[in-house]
Amino acid sequence: MTYYAYIVAVFVLLTGVFGIVRSRNLIHTVVCLSVAQSGTYVLLLAVGYQRGVSPPVFGSPPVKPSTSVTDPLVQALTLTDIVVSATVTALLLAIAVQVHKRHGTVDPNELVALEG
Amino acid sequence: MVTFDHGVALLPPIAIAVPIVVASLLLAMGRRLPRVVVDATAFACAVAEVVMLAIVLQRAAEGRVVTWSANWNPKNGYSVGIVLVSDELGSGIALLAASLVVLALVYSWRYFDDVDAHYHCLVLLFLAGMVGFALTGDLFDMFVFFELMGAAAYALTGFKIEDRTAVQGALNFGVVNSLGAYIALMGVGLLYARVGNLTLPQLGEALAHHRPDALLVAAFVAVMTGLLVKAAMAPFHFWLADAHAVAPTPICVLFSGVMVPLGIYGAFRVYWVVFSRVFPVGDIRRTFVVMGVLTALIGAVMCLAQRHFKRLLAYSTIAHVGLFLVAAGCLSDSGTAGAALYIAGHAGVKCALFLLAGTMLNRYGSVDELDLFGRGTDARVTRWLFVIAGLALAGLPPFGTGLGKAVSEEAASHAGYGWSPLLFVAVSAATGAAVLRATGRVYFGLGDQPPARLQHEQTSGSEEKPEVKGLLGRVRVTMLVPILVLLGGALALGLLPGAHAAAESAAAAFTDPSAYATEALTGRAAPAIPVLHVGNWTWSGVLLDLLSAALAVGGAAVALYAARLGRLRQIANGGRPMLQGLRRVHSGLVTDYVAWLMTGVATLGGLVGLPLR
Repeated sequence: MTYYAYIVAVFVLLTGVFGIVRSRNLIHTVVCLSVAQSGTYVLLLAVGYQRGVSPPVFGSPPVKPSTSVTDPLVQALTLTDIVVSATVTALLLAIAVQVHKRHGTVDPNELVALEG
Repeated sequence: MVTFDHGVALLPPIAIAVPIVVASLLLAMGRRLPRVVVDATAFACAVAEVVMLAIVLQRAAEGRVVTWSANWNPKNGYSVGIVLVSDELGSGIALLAASLVVLALVYSWRYFDDVDAHYHCLVLLFLAGMVGFALTGDLFDMFVFFELMGAAAYALTGFKIEDRTAVQGALNFGVVNSLGAYIALMGVGLLYARVGNLTLPQLGEALAHHRPDALLVAAFVAVMTGLLVKAAMAPFHFWLADAHAVAPTPICVLFSGVMVPLGIYGAFRVYWVVFSRVFPVGDIRRTFVVMGVLTALIGAVMCLAQRHFKRLLAYSTIAHVGLFLVAAGCLSDSGTAGAALYIAGHAGVKCALFLLAGTMLNRYGSVDELDLFGRGTDARVTRWLFVIAGLALAGLPPFGTGLGKAVSEEAASHAGYGWSPLLFVAVSAATGAAVLRATGRVYFGLGDQPPARLQHEQTSGSEEKPEVKGLLGRVRVTMLVPILVLLGGALALGLLPGAHAAAESAAAAFTDPSAYATEALTGRAAPAIPVLHVGNWTWSGVLLDLLSAALAVGGAAVALYAARLGRLRQIANGGRPMLQGLRRVHSGLVTDYVAWLMTGVATLGGLVGLPLR
């Protein structure tokens, strides 16, 4: 059992979080959020991975139903996750554009409309 | 071969699919349809949801309604299918969501003058996310519906896209909630790695009596983080005040009334079904109660310190979330029942208050209690509705809030927290006092006119943009009716003779993981829960509720006339630096919020993990 992939997953997540905390630009903030989410892709794929087995494709060339394959479920989860990410990133980038129009800045630390 | 009922069991997936289909149709055709057709279609869809979910709720009282999608029924208690499990609390909170959507749409009918079908489409998608989240029995689906609900909610928050506060609030909300969701997804991945399955009943059965090792602690903390971010538990609560203060009024109703409570519902659903047999009860109870008390106190103090009325209501929601967490966190049947009743009563009262705030905004063009001093003295009906709602928020019997508060207090005392009535009374009285103070200033012209100058680190309510063209001369009937329905609903909850007993039996089902797994995985009915014969009200509960209401009135009076009490002013000035510090923490900056989020993750990890060593 190797822990390497799991360490990478958590590291990528924390890198994204650190990026958001230190961010001086909203585009950077939103991209860092995507980076944090990439940690979840790595984790999910690592969970289903097995060394030396074929991909879960039972088409041609024919793979016998008894053959070991990597777990297709986590790959489906990762795909769903990517779709979610695309939606959220697009929406947040649109909001970031609007913030620039209304506040005249893209520095998240200069937004002072809401406090207290 | 076991059988799964196919009659009512078809309703939950239909209830999730219908709003999505209608939303897509509205989006495709909306531009070509007149506004009245769009309104009517969305309204009809929401009413249909209410009917379907009411049927599911009624059937759930006899046993959970279990739907395995595409008939992938489990064999020998194992399935790789996806399941919807509707029990009473699940379908109940879904029904609450649908009912609030109906009222929000009625209120929007002539409220927003210029919205096109996008608005209705987003509201229906939001509803689909909430219903799916409430009914699902699958951990990954919970994440998907969480994000569907989230994406619709971010867009609705920033709906008034011309408003600079709205876009900032939407951004904070979106980044913090999505990050919470991704952390939760890490937890989902870890659980899948351990068990090889994602449905809640199978996870629960596989982990029952498992040793609580590091992986399970990490998974539990990660999943809870996502759900409690939605529930706005301190220190994850910062997004809530920003989002609620800037979202359109009918949307605030959905946020405070049901989306935030859904976070609590989700957290305790996952705890009870999956983790309740893994961790020692005492550790988890301490975790929830500590975090709940912290949330309640921060919410109450910040609520009193606001002049922006919608922000004030938002902090009062945070304070109440803390109380719900303490009640449900007692991890007993009666605590869960108390939280459920409190959430239902709170939804009625708080939503009525948000709608009243909407009438304030659209008659006077502001929601700032200092700028509007004495402006509302001509509003003969609405000002008394404000007073009633403020008292109900403090827990005046026989409102449902008072009932929920009384049951929760008793449950918390029973669980060994003898000081809990003090907390419940103080926090609910503080939120009521804040509402009554604002009402007194704006609608009765009471107290001394305060200087309207904006202090440092305060948000003014004057920037809020009205949601109608021009200001209203009088409140429209379509705005008044939902307010009356909501207050009437909260009142009915407290007066309905079987309300407490029904909540107790629903809570007993909610807190029984093996019955959940039996019904979901075998289709056999779990042993019936004996019906409890409990009345709604106890003497001690009524007295404590009356005390809260009286304290709220007294507190409001003190706040209004504080300037005349020299001694009191000195004491208040002594507390000012602490209040300033607390205000400064609520900075409105998303970078700070994310740092607090990680602090919260570490705190939860410490509270859950350290006692296990």
